[in-house]
Amino acid sequence: MTETTTAGASAEAARGPTAGPGTTTITMTVNATTRHLELEPRTTLAEALRDALDLTGTKLACDRGACAACTVWLNGRPVCSCMMLAIDADGQAVTTIEGLAQGEALHPVQEAFIEHDALQCGFCTPGMVMSSAALLERNPQPDAEAVRDALAGHYCRCGTYPHVVAAVLAAAERK
Amino acid sequence: MSGTRTETFPAGIVETGLGTVTREIPASEPPPWPPNAELTWIGRPVPRLNGRAKVTGATRYTVDVRLPGMLYACFLRSPLPSAELRRLDTAAAAALAGVRAILPLAQPGDRLRYAGQPVVAVAGVSPRAAAEALAAIDAEFRPLPFVVDMDEARAPDAPAVHDAASAPQGHPSGFPAAPGLPLEGNVRGPAVVRRGDPAQGLAAAAVVVEGEYRTQVHTHACLEPHAVVADWRAEGLTVYISTQFTAGVRQELATAFGLPLSRVRVVVDGMGGGFGSKSQLGVYGRVAVQLSRAAGAPVRLAFDRQEEQTDAGNRPGTFQRLSLGATQDGTLTALAIESFGTAGVAVGAGIGFFAERLYSCANFETRQHDVFVNAGPGCAMRGPGNTPGAFALEQAIDTLSERLQLDPLALRDRIDPSAVRREERRIGAERIGWSRRHPPGADDGPVKRGIGVAQSLWMSNVQTNVACEVRILRDGSVEALSSVQDIGTGIGTIMAQVVAEVLGLRPADVTIRIGDTEFPPGGPSYGSRTTASITPPLRTAATRALAQLTREAARMLNAAPDEIEACGGRLQVRADPSRFLAFRDAAALLRTDRVSAVESRLDDYAGFRRRMPDAAMAHEDLGGVQFAAVAVDTETGAIRVERVVAVHDCGRPMNKLLLESQVEGGVLMGVSYALLERRIMDRRTGLMVNADLEHYKLAGIHDTPEIETVILENLQGNSATDAYGIAEPANIATAPAIANAVYNAIGVRLTALPMTPDAVLAALGRSGRS
Ligand code: FES
Ligand code: FES
Repeated sequence: MTETTTAGASAEAARGPTAGPGTTTITMTVNATTRHLELEPRTTLAEALRDALDLTGTKLACDRGACAACTVWLNGRPVCSCMMLAIDADGQAVTTIEGLAQGEALHPVQEAFIEHDALQCGFCTPGMVMSSAALLERNPQPDAEAVRDALAGHYCRCGTYPHVVAAVLAAAERK
Repeated sequence: MSGTRTETFPAGIVETGLGTVTREIPASEPPPWPPNAELTWIGRPVPRLNGRAKVTGATRYTVDVRLPGMLYACFLRSPLPSAELRRLDTAAAAALAGVRAILPLAQPGDRLRYAGQPVVAVAGVSPRAAAEALAAIDAEFRPLPFVVDMDEARAPDAPAVHDAASAPQGHPSGFPAAPGLPLEGNVRGPAVVRRGDPAQGLAAAAVVVEGEYRTQVHTHACLEPHAVVADWRAEGLTVYISTQFTAGVRQELATAFGLPLSRVRVVVDGMGGGFGSKSQLGVYGRVAVQLSRAAGAPVRLAFDRQEEQTDAGNRPGTFQRLSLGATQDGTLTALAIESFGTAGVAVGAGIGFFAERLYSCANFETRQHDVFVNAGPGCAMRGPGNTPGAFALEQAIDTLSERLQLDPLALRDRIDPSAVRREERRIGAERIGWSRRHPPGADDGPVKRGIGVAQSLWMSNVQTNVACEVRILRDGSVEALSSVQDIGTGIGTIMAQVVAEVLGLRPADVTIRIGDTEFPPGGPSYGSRTTASITPPLRTAATRALAQLTREAARMLNAAPDEIEACGGRLQVRADPSRFLAFRDAAALLRTDRVSAVESRLDDYAGFRRRMPDAAMAHEDLGGVQFAAVAVDTETGAIRVERVVAVHDCGRPMNKLLLESQVEGGVLMGVSYALLERRIMDRRTGLMVNADLEHYKLAGIHDTPEIETVILENLQGNSATDAYGIAEPANIATAPAIANAVYNAIGVRLTALPMTPDAVLAALGRSGRS
């Protein structure tokens, strides 16, 4: 399963219960750049990334934690960005699909997704790639079952799952 | 360019024995291509060229489009399945600071026919401003009697969903339903297709099989919701829309708003799934344009998941009653089907032409009815009609084979006239291990395994209103242009392969410009017709563009143009390849910055079997055969699909990798349809209970069987590329193959979809086998 974290409990305690309903300043490191955002506390992390930062690679398909299309990394761990508030990411590091490649060099998972055609319409792909890359950080040599477990929360309506498994295994070889 | 010439084409299944066919073709057509093995790029597993943009998040989908000053729109929708709009007051909403336009779609006194039907649209400066405006609208709905269950809707005293004036009329093409059929209560029809005399055929039969089958309502559940950004300006209208048919939407917009086509532009870059549901402009598309015109600003309208599940189309549910008669040797003497289906408030819930065309049977009749219920409108979905039709007929055929004590494959060998499917059955049987198939319930222990087979049938469709352009630029770069959209099939990559094959370049050397009506009209990406429609004119256009370059090169190489060939990035003298020019050096000889050729789709060389405006059908025998191996846990009722072997044909296969993806996608949608998905309507409230992705279950990665795909190269000499489609055939056979495998596992037939654990346990209980 994709790990869903309701992170930031300690940050919340430190800030106290006074934010909102107007905007408040949220500082996040997004793809290694520090960003200061003025957001209403009700803004989700997905909305902050897509609307405030124009990082539209993060996709919303259900907006309710059921499909994992919106997966990003929070401090290196995959989370559903539709299921947490941006304010709970205050002071933390977020990596999105736009931040995965090193300049021109794609992440091995991205390369393998292209080679194995692990995408069709591609709408679920950013989320799949983020979870797959996080898996390889945790477990550099997963077997097929470990790949399936890591991606069990992701929906793909086009049916790319077989090619996704092949791609992640190939990326693990390459890494 | 007039006149014809005679050419001999390779024809037949390359893998098992190739013959030839001679065709008289227009003189302007390029020469026949040999089988794929002798070509450089066609058929090869070329990775999709827009893959990099997709894996880096760079692709812009419609939901990602942001224009300066863009407003956000949403709908107030009917909260009730059937209601009269009593009062509608939008003054308070209009007075809110962030509101820019309000558009009522119903007037007091109007009747609303399903929960989720749009009532008012608003546009505001932010999504929240629009949502707050909705909350400020004062609308009163008077509840009216309703019915959401198809069986209840058929009762004579059921509340009427439509009257004669409001009932949708169907289409002259008969798709999704014929016009002019009688309406009685909520039942419209029957649409009758008949040949011979089924009653006599049944009377003459040695064996008669009767059965009743049900299929559920299935939603498209595209991950990218229906979405549009409309930008109305004095100089013209631009619409970004998640669509399967840019050129068609442009035509609809021009008609709806009285604009010249030249002032309407439709654009789609990334497109996050359609499966039939994004074929038209739709109410939402029209409303976005109206709001943009009213507000004088671009307007974005995107569905949320609940809207997507309730008002974005669905595959209609069906009830089918079959009678099948056969002689002792399996020859079919009669096939009669009565069907009732529901597309909610819309029509088009029939069972297609699957039964009509698949097997030889002299005495045949279908009587197909639409039943209206108070639910969101259905629409075409991946193999419409034939998919539910296959679930019923292919199980009935399986039952017949058992009654006749014939192997299901042997029975099909007798009654299926298609030589291609015969070969597909042979290959598939070998791959799945058919010879190891055992009688139902043979396994010890609670988990029973079984193998089943089912067949697919679809049309080889062609859009005739299709053109594309190929440009060669003076620096040696190349472009291919068409308004065709990539809905996930990778058509742009296939286009690049075609152009590269002709010009002797690599696919990556070809810049693909698609998804924009500024380019020549591409066809729709529905009906499995994109590749069949666009690749032949593209090849011809590339050939003609090359000819202009060849003329220059020939002069330079002191050769005649017809002595020059393009290959390996060069233009060279065929008889003496040491005399060559690099492609870019040849391009540098051009007198102008670019040369170009535009070509449109000609008729198939063998003609078409049926013509429609802008489209045609080459034949109705695009098929495939699928085998499924399942494990059924008789204690929990859980069905696990362990393996699927999918053997398909689509004329000349253009890209093995992309084809495999599409077949796997079709199979997985079939697995999901067979085991998991179902729209659940609450009879008491008339609302959809599972209008989300949490309780509406899609197949996930753990539900995925091992899928083996075999694609035959089935050449027919029908066009410059000889390519046809695959998306729908790949979906049609899966659910019945699984159902037949389940029967083979447990000896109990599941006649309703989805085959959930509770349905399995109930069926086992009824049969006394549990
Ligand atoms: S969009 Fe976040 S889980 Fe579906
Ligand atoms: S590729 Fe289309 S949803 Fe996964």
